[in-house]
Amino acid sequence: MELLVSAGIGVLVAAGTWLLLRERSFSVVLGLTLLSYAANLMIFASGRLAADAPPLVLGEAERLADPLPQALVLTAIVISFGTTAFLVALALRASAETGGDHVDGGEGER
Amino acid sequence: MTHLPVLPVLVPMVAAILLLAVHSAGAAVLRGVGLAAVALLAAVAVLLLAATAQGAVAVVAIGAWPPPFGIVLVADRLSATMVAVTAAVAVPALLAATDGTDLQGRHFHPFFQMQLAGLNGAFLTGDLFNLFVFFEVLLIASYALLAHGAGAARVRAGLHYVVLNLAASLVFLVGLALLYGALGTLNLADVAGRLAALPLEEAAPARAGLALIAGVFAFKAALLPLGFWLPHAYPAAAAPVAALFAVLTKVGIYALLRLSSVALADDAPAAAGLVAPWLMPAAIGTVVAATLGVLAAPSLGAIAAHLLLLSTGMLAAGVAEGSAPMLAAVLYYLPHTTLVSAGLFLLAGHIAATRGEEARDRIRRGPRLPRPGLVGGAYLALAVAVTGLPPLSGFLGKVMLLAAAPATPAGYAMWASFLLSGFVAALALARAASVLFWERSEPRAAVGRAAPPRLGLALAVAVGFVPLLVLGAAPLSAHARATAEQVAARRPYLEAVLPRDLPPAARERRP
Repeated sequence: MELLVSAGIGVLVAAGTWLLLRERSFSVVLGLTLLSYAANLMIFASGRLAADAPPLVLGEAERLADPLPQALVLTAIVISFGTTAFLVALALRASAETGGDHVDGGEGER
Repeated sequence: MTHLPVLPVLVPMVAAILLLAVHSAGAAVLRGVGLAAVALLAAVAVLLLAATAQGAVAVVAIGAWPPPFGIVLVADRLSATMVAVTAAVAVPALLAATDGTDLQGRHFHPFFQMQLAGLNGAFLTGDLFNLFVFFEVLLIASYALLAHGAGAARVRAGLHYVVLNLAASLVFLVGLALLYGALGTLNLADVAGRLAALPLEEAAPARAGLALIAGVFAFKAALLPLGFWLPHAYPAAAAPVAALFAVLTKVGIYALLRLSSVALADDAPAAAGLVAPWLMPAAIGTVVAATLGVLAAPSLGAIAAHLLLLSTGMLAAGVAEGSAPMLAAVLYYLPHTTLVSAGLFLLAGHIAATRGEEARDRIRRGPRLPRPGLVGGAYLALAVAVTGLPPLSGFLGKVMLLAAAPATPAGYAMWASFLLSGFVAALALARAASVLFWERSEPRAAVGRAAPPRLGLALAVAVGFVPLLVLGAAPLSAHARATAEQVAARRPYLEAVLPRDLPPAARERRP
């Protein structure tokens, strides 16, 4: 499972970085979204990967998952969702004001 | 008052909610509530300064969750100073914004207050993840404030600013994840304790995490390889917003100082050499690049932005050097440069408002300025203060910085770059003034519009800080020295957050 998660994070970061460096603001938004998935997975993994381990104990439990990264990742998801929504709105306004969705405004340099 | 450290966050946050609730009540009500909240914040900042002046470290565990499990707000002299500087900048900035800037778009006032809440929270929190949250609070507000009032240039600069800051936030998150995975805590004092106990051969993930976090702080402070967003973003913002943003880069400096003084102190082998080796070259490089930028800047706003960058570089060099006298100099120079930079942004806005859409604050011919004596006097005072010429506070701050510089290659680089940058800045400001004040466009009798009165009042408040900083130099530098000693001692902070009699439940090693 560790290999799968770490490989997944790696692929997400690679794809996100590539998209982030594109010239259209839509790709940039997608890239940031993929990068935020990678960061969230990374936080989740920082509490160690464990199956069948409850984060809160109500009765008997053999092993426990660390509840804190789960709380942290929820916060991080909410924040990245909010900021991404703002970025989409700003990119839409930029394309309305400058007449193109190039990250430098307008159609960019040919 | 045991809950005093919560108030600098709570006051603007409650004000923001209130402002949202009454958002259709008309400009006068919104301005009244906003100004009252800022005045209250200033009063709270004074109380906080008084409460921490004797060296006490006030700790509030939010929700009564004991550290290191819950979030703590920690107010020592350094945090109180930063909160006070924020309040001191917020008063003239909001005053200037009430002159019509706040009506150019929607919800200016709630965003302004949320920005203050985020700034104060970042200065007060003792938890790294909470620092991330407050960073996001202040950034979301700053995104909206930067784009406030529209215009293609502002939206374009805003898009770059938002994308870069989002990417930096994600790096911050990855750093936090690495740090938590390695140490099992994000409470700063607890991080310090566990880092000291971490054997060097197991330290790689924690070191990587801390390096990423320090890099993000350097980005917020706009240090050299990561700072090219600032000269584009700040001059594009409305003048009151840019004035408030003068505090924004100081968050990065503060966070670097707090991280390196609390968590990365010398006694932890795992933390050795994480920040200082690259911070000094980056800081000197920032000073050099900003000096060139000041020469090349096309408008007074851009000059102010590069001067802000310049001062950030000087402060970062001081943080990188890190001795107690150097930190004292940094903590004297920081309030001075923040207030003077805010004043310069307001002045650029004032001149832009009087010269009309054609010339604005660009350094080229324009109509004659109305009341050139008063505006020129303000310009002279701010220019002398910001370039570090005697007799104003910039000179005293620079003398303190240079006197504390060690006789090492880094110290020589500080001497050379600081003195040359001051000379070049004086040159650029003198050239800009001669064009702005003396060179008239045709017809030569044309006089610019009168500036909005409250912008002038705000400018007067900002310029009023300049003589105060000189006349109060003795108590201010004494306070800076005491703050530096508290920061360098490090023990008071750690023991206030994590008392020694804490049950050792949290201390066992993680799997």
